Amino acid sequence: MTSGANPIVAPPQAAVFSARGITKVYRMGEVEVWALRGIDLELYGGEFVVLLGPSGSGKSTLLNILGGLDVPTEGNVRFLEHDLTAANERELTNYRRNHVGFVFQFYNLIPSLTATENVSLVTEISQRPMDPVEALKLVNLGDRVNHFPSQLSGGEQQRVAIARAVAKRPDVLLCDEPTGALDIKTGIVVLEAIERVNREMGTLTVVITHNSAIAAMADRVISLGDGRIQGVRHNTSKISAKELSW
Amino acid sequence: MISALDKKLFRDLLHMRAQALAIVAVIAAGVAVFIAEFTTLASLTESRAAYYERQRFAEVFAVCKRAPKSLAARIEAIPGVNVVQVRTVAEVSLDVPGMDDPAVGQMISVPEDRRPALNDVHIRDGRYIAPDAPGEVLAGEEFMAAHKLKPGDNIAATINGRKRKLTLAGSALSPEYIYVVRAGEFLPDKKRFGVFWMGERELASAFNMEGAFNDVTLKLAHGANEPAVIAQLDALLKPYGGIGAQPRAKQTSHWYLENELSQLRALGLAMPLVFLGVAAFLLNVVLSRQIATQREQIAALKAFGYSNVAVGAHYLKLVLIIATIGGAVGVASGAYLATLLAQLYSEYYHFPKLLYVLPPGVIVAGVGLSTMACVSGAMISVRAAAKLPPAEAMRPAAPGNFRPTFVERMGLQRWISQPARMILRQLERRPARAMLSVAGIAMSAAIFVIGFFFVDTIEYVIDVQFFRVQREDMSVTLFQPRQRGALHEIARMPGVLAAEPFRVAPVTLRVGHRSRQVGITGLTADAALHRVLDAQLRPIVLPPDGIVLSTKLGEVMGVAAGDALTVEVSEGARLTRQTSVAFLSDDFLGLSAYMELGALNRLLREGDSMSGAYLRVDPRLRDSLYSRLKAAPSVAAVSMKDTAITSFRETLAQNMMTITLINSFFAGVIAFGVLFNSARIALSERARELASLRVLGMTRGEISYILLGEQAVLTLVALPIGIVLGWMGAWAFCKYLIESELIRFPLIVSERTSALAAVVILVSAAIAGISVRRKLNRLDLVEVLKARE
Ligand SMILES: Nc1ncnc2c1ncn2[C@@H]1O[C@H](COP(=O)(O)OP(=O)(O)OP(=O)(O)O)[C@@H](O)[C@H]1O
Ligand SMILES: [Mg+2]
Repeated sequence: MTSGANPIVAPPQAAVFSARGITKVYRMGEVEVWALRGIDLELYGGEFVVLLGPSGSGKSTLLNILGGLDVPTEGNVRFLEHDLTAANERELTNYRRNHVGFVFQFYNLIPSLTATENVSLVTEISQRPMDPVEALKLVNLGDRVNHFPSQLSGGEQQRVAIARAVAKRPDVLLCDEPTGALDIKTGIVVLEAIERVNREMGTLTVVITHNSAIAAMADRVISLGDGRIQGVRHNTSKISAKELSW
Repeated sequence: MISALDKKLFRDLLHMRAQALAIVAVIAAGVAVFIAEFTTLASLTESRAAYYERQRFAEVFAVCKRAPKSLAARIEAIPGVNVVQVRTVAEVSLDVPGMDDPAVGQMISVPEDRRPALNDVHIRDGRYIAPDAPGEVLAGEEFMAAHKLKPGDNIAATINGRKRKLTLAGSALSPEYIYVVRAGEFLPDKKRFGVFWMGERELASAFNMEGAFNDVTLKLAHGANEPAVIAQLDALLKPYGGIGAQPRAKQTSHWYLENELSQLRALGLAMPLVFLGVAAFLLNVVLSRQIATQREQIAALKAFGYSNVAVGAHYLKLVLIIATIGGAVGVASGAYLATLLAQLYSEYYHFPKLLYVLPPGVIVAGVGLSTMACVSGAMISVRAAAKLPPAEAMRPAAPGNFRPTFVERMGLQRWISQPARMILRQLERRPARAMLSVAGIAMSAAIFVIGFFFVDTIEYVIDVQFFRVQREDMSVTLFQPRQRGALHEIARMPGVLAAEPFRVAPVTLRVGHRSRQVGITGLTADAALHRVLDAQLRPIVLPPDGIVLSTKLGEVMGVAAGDALTVEVSEGARLTRQTSVAFLSDDFLGLSAYMELGALNRLLREGDSMSGAYLRVDPRLRDSLYSRLKAAPSVAAVSMKDTAITSFRETLAQNMMTITLINSFFAGVIAFGVLFNSARIALSERARELASLRVLGMTRGEISYILLGEQAVLTLVALPIGIVLGWMGAWAFCKYLIESELIRFPLIVSERTSALAAVVILVSAAIAGISVRRKLNRLDLVEVLKARE
């Protein structure tokens, strides 16, 4: 209740991510689409970062590159002492497996697996995972562990997705429009879950949104436009998800 | 603990169980055929090897007219000869109780006091003949069974013109007669032809063969030079009317069995390949659809750190489970099918014991083959899943690329309704898949036609052989050739409406190093009862000079019209004459040679001789005529066409029914597998679209039309292709698997067969359609529209 009123400012740390001059060009036959046009960026441990920008501004592209799902056309991305841009397929797989938690706009749960099993899918292949049921409790779904995705509401599904992302105790939590498909009330429940992970586990968290209201709960807000960083704002006082409204 | 990913696998599999089962059925059918045919092959081969070994089956076979027994020592002295067995072999006419027409017995001499050195009999029931028991014989098991005879029973035989009572000491089998068929015929006739073994002394005295023999069989030493032995044996036998020894490969029973085995080998490979090809295609379609619907799941898995290999392996496992289940069902049903086949074979091929061998190698090969086919069918899709870039997969697949179809570009759209247009565009968008579906359905139609054409062909052969070539009702064969005047005696008998003479002379034809033992049939130039026909079924007028050979015999001898030919006559004065080939003519059965009767008489340097007559008979007097002829002392055999046709049909019908049923079942499996899967895939791909159309107000019937119309088009396109493929397959079947010196089948596929094929396919299509239609009726609009692809 009080955490929102007295925001904890992240202590200065060494950068977890540092990106230099990353560009991403999609070539489709004759046409070149410049998704990113030179991004320089540092992200620090424990930070809550919101990536803001209009549709097509390159948010997902950037997040995918940070998460090791994609590689930039040019430029350099470092995660701690790993150079992600020099990594091969196997190294990227290991990087994702051991360090990154993903939350997608459309949840991407496996429909044929229950909530617990969806989480197990990840814990089974990570080094120091939480108990899947613990992870579900963390997102207040302790009573829905044996439900299949089709038996859960959108918000519940997204919270399973968050549990699934954090159960491996990742170093970074990357969320691409986690509330995009949800109404305000449900969106807030989901954001609370993300906020709690960030706060209690100290996980560097990056959330993509084009809803500027959500930016209020971030430590830092990075605005993207046309493949470039348009501005960075430090919130001196961030508010908790509960207090958001849009 | 089962991993979460494996749980997903099992649930996915459960979800697509109907499709998976259809594929399992196709795989199982392929594996079953493979296992059944190769198990039968192994069983027959091993049973034969054991049988030959145990009963000391000979390796060289020769006959002569009458050679002194002292010659045996000289034969034994031929380098490479290990064991010599000389015998007396002769045909006798049998009177079997309860049978009107005559039966023929092949009498073979055996030592009274011990077992034969070669070609020993296997006693099934009763005992071997006793040393001092005149009239005791052993009889072939199948003959005794056909007449319900038991050891101790008697039958009457006419041996060398004298009636004798024979006592059956026991029933026996011999490696020489695994396939029991009378010389010159090609189908066994259990009732009318039997093999008998009789004491040497008794048989020899009955045929005036004391101290002599007319049949030699040899066992060779290891590494002996067979052709050299045969050449020396021929030289020794020549003065005694030897007509050329034959290696085991040409021994009648062995030859038939060997032919059967090579058919099994070819079918055992060809059929499964078709099934497994179809299975591979189905897996490809089903899996690529599965992967398309799971794009985002795949992306998520990769985002969590599952490697490409792990994702690929996940889908490969799905395929392997289907392949394994299919393989297991296939092995089990193949092993069962093999017992059915064994039963079928034991009708024709008589072994003391048909060993049942299921070699592990065959199982491994069958399962390996099916797994390979499945994996290769699935590999493209599995690779695509493994390669799918994770970031890419997060974006929903782009809407399919549609364009106006060929028909529409032709400017015919005015004539096509909107739903029909959707059907056409859908087909044109995935031409490869549509084509493969068509190929699969066509295959099943083809399998059906190939399974069924045999019935048509047999009917055609019966029609030609028994109603166009042999127009006689009866044929009478005399013991000795007689003057043509004998024809009048026969013609005068009550009930004879017409009589035509014939002369059959046993000869060896020789051209260079090639030779064949055949009978030359002499017919009058104006013969109307028994005719020689050409390929167009037009009667051939036999030329005043020269010999007419069947095309196959011409091919075997390497001669064409006008070529010279040496004829060595195997009876009477055993003349060696020259003649030339007048022309070749097509026929179906055996190796035949014809001459104009007068020309044959001249060739044989005899007067106007005949060895029998063809008769047209008044049906009312048929039976009395038959008894009268049979009682005539100069008549060796009387055969009635009706009984010949019946036995021809009986012998083949049972075999064909089983094979045909199995084939049509398999054809149905494939057609159903292809159609059901393609409809289900179409449904899954288009559920959203169809649900939207329902929301827009279309009825269930209308959306079914759009979905099932596609399947209907595929089926209708496939049918004619399949039937033509079936013709081609049937042709290849005739040409490469059946055609031999004994039998040639023309390619006859009746409209009935084509229509039946169409019916089987359409029924399969209807069942597949109905099951999809039921799904379509239950299409939950809300659910489908809510779910994101
Ligand atoms: N695989 C691709 N091929 C071609 N162009 C692409 C591809 N992925 C992204 N783009 C283009 O790159 C640009 C940036 O895309 P991106 O998905 O990063 O935008 P975004 O900011 O996430 O937008 P939104 O808010 O709509 O999700 C867009 O113009 C998009 O069309
Ligand atoms: Mg995006």
